[in-house]
Amino acid sequence: MNSETLISINGVYRYYGNYCAVNNVSFTVERGEVLGFLGLNGAGKSTTMQIISGVLSASSGAVSIAGFDIMDAPRQAKSQLGFLPEQPPLYHDLTVDEYLDYAARLRGIRRTNIRTVIEKSKQRCGLETVGQRLINNLSKGYQQRVGIAQAILHAPAVIILDEPTNGLDPVQIKEIRELIKELGRDHSVILSTHILPEVQTICDRVLIIHEGQLVLDRQLENINEGKQNNIINIAFRQAPSLDTLNIIEGIKHIDQISDQQFRFELHPGSAAIDHIVRNSAASGWGLFEIIPETGSLEETFMRLTSGEKENL
Amino acid sequence: MNNILTITTHELRRLFKSPLAWVILAVVEFLLAIFFLILLNQFMNPGPWFAGRGATEIVIAGLLQISGIVILLVTPFITMRIFSEERRTGTIKLLLSSPVTITELVLGKYLGTLVFLVVLLALITLMPLSLLLGTPVDFLQVAAGLLGLFLLMASFAAIGLFISTLTSQASIAAITTFGVLFMLWIINLASTTGGEIFRAIFSYLSLLKHYNSLINGVFNSADVIYYLIICITFIVLSIWRLDGERRHQ
Repeated sequence: MNSETLISINGVYRYYGNYCAVNNVSFTVERGEVLGFLGLNGAGKSTTMQIISGVLSASSGAVSIAGFDIMDAPRQAKSQLGFLPEQPPLYHDLTVDEYLDYAARLRGIRRTNIRTVIEKSKQRCGLETVGQRLINNLSKGYQQRVGIAQAILHAPAVIILDEPTNGLDPVQIKEIRELIKELGRDHSVILSTHILPEVQTICDRVLIIHEGQLVLDRQLENINEGKQNNIINIAFRQAPSLDTLNIIEGIKHIDQISDQQFRFELHPGSAAIDHIVRNSAASGWGLFEIIPETGSLEETFMRLTSGEKENL
Repeated sequence: MNNILTITTHELRRLFKSPLAWVILAVVEFLLAIFFLILLNQFMNPGPWFAGRGATEIVIAGLLQISGIVILLVTPFITMRIFSEERRTGTIKLLLSSPVTITELVLGKYLGTLVFLVVLLALITLMPLSLLLGTPVDFLQVAAGLLGLFLLMASFAAIGLFISTLTSQASIAAITTFGVLFMLWIINLASTTGGEIFRAIFSYLSLLKHYNSLINGVFNSADVIYYLIICITFIVLSIWRLDGERRHQ
């Protein structure tokens, strides 16, 4: 796998009036990488994806696709780009073939190649049998597939899929995941989703965006690794001051999450928990919760989207 | 250029796929045929008012005058969906993420609408031409009139195009377009009151006034330029509007 940077986003801000939807987001995606884009509703996922696709322009900052700036060289940049918005951009009064033909022409595919390209894309998305049908009469799952077919038609270097498995049945979800994995081999894929296991099965890397800011950017394999038992969330009814806690031996770092909640990072193998429990009992801190952090994606996601930030 | 043609073809294909286009062609043709017959009847049995006037002047100029009004009524229905529907269904995102510039997009869609209106114009033209079976016709006056009708349609379409970029509700685009077109049509009525300058400005702005001189066979380049300015202005405004929306939506 060669490491060619296909998507590069640098300091992107986007305001809707005074509301800052995307706040200083920067990241890069290499060829052959599948990037999962996570966040709560309204976190700025769709806006970021639309900025990368050139549908919206950034208030400031730069986006380049395969080395072309999306604002300065939009034609070159966009010809390397396939985008499936949250709602598939379909013309319901056309047949699947007519629609894909139009999409192919818009992407500037040569007239002589159009038929082959459409056949290939239909075959990949399992649309061979519905070519002559009106998009309006297709089920939601098939419409979603037509949307994906449209995005991969021109074999773009960069494929951006906003909730691609939305509205599909479990069998279709599985098929689409296979397809995305396959696409990820020689393209860059960014996909957004609410489904955390989906990210775990198909993505190489995960980004979490919260209130417009990037709060996590990590290879997926690093998320589950060896942090077990070293990070513990503890809550006290009568919380002592941070200084008091800090003197306890075996603690690497403490973050105060709320008045009552603390997040302890311990030295491996230390007996700090014993000390904390003992001190709590002795001084009446009212310890009522001890939760070891397993470092799973779900937990990381919950923690980050509840307002806390991780060092990138 | 290729991109423009792709979009134009797509626009036409979708127009003719919907019953709307066919219904519009049929209704316009039907209404104008009735007017044509009425005008023809008046020409065959001329009252004192028509004495000394030819077929071109009475029947053809009269028909074109009515055509202008009928087309004013139907153009909003053709232009209302151009951008509003793309926005409502989200298909605009397909266009914006494709290697197509906004200028190409707007021109492509405008051309598509224009081609449809030319088809309509061709159907209307057949009626005056049928007069050739029985009477000579002043071709130059007819040509000036048809040019006028074409320019009028082109201006209506440009205004409708711009208004459809403003909303995602097709019906709002239609009624607004109708209001604006109607106002520009009758604005010269305002010139009967007010001072000298107002009179000049209002009567210059009126779509009707420039059209009237063309259908009466007066080819004045100022009239042609007036329509071209309207077309270009609203096309440029549409491009600005869509470009600005990407920035400030």
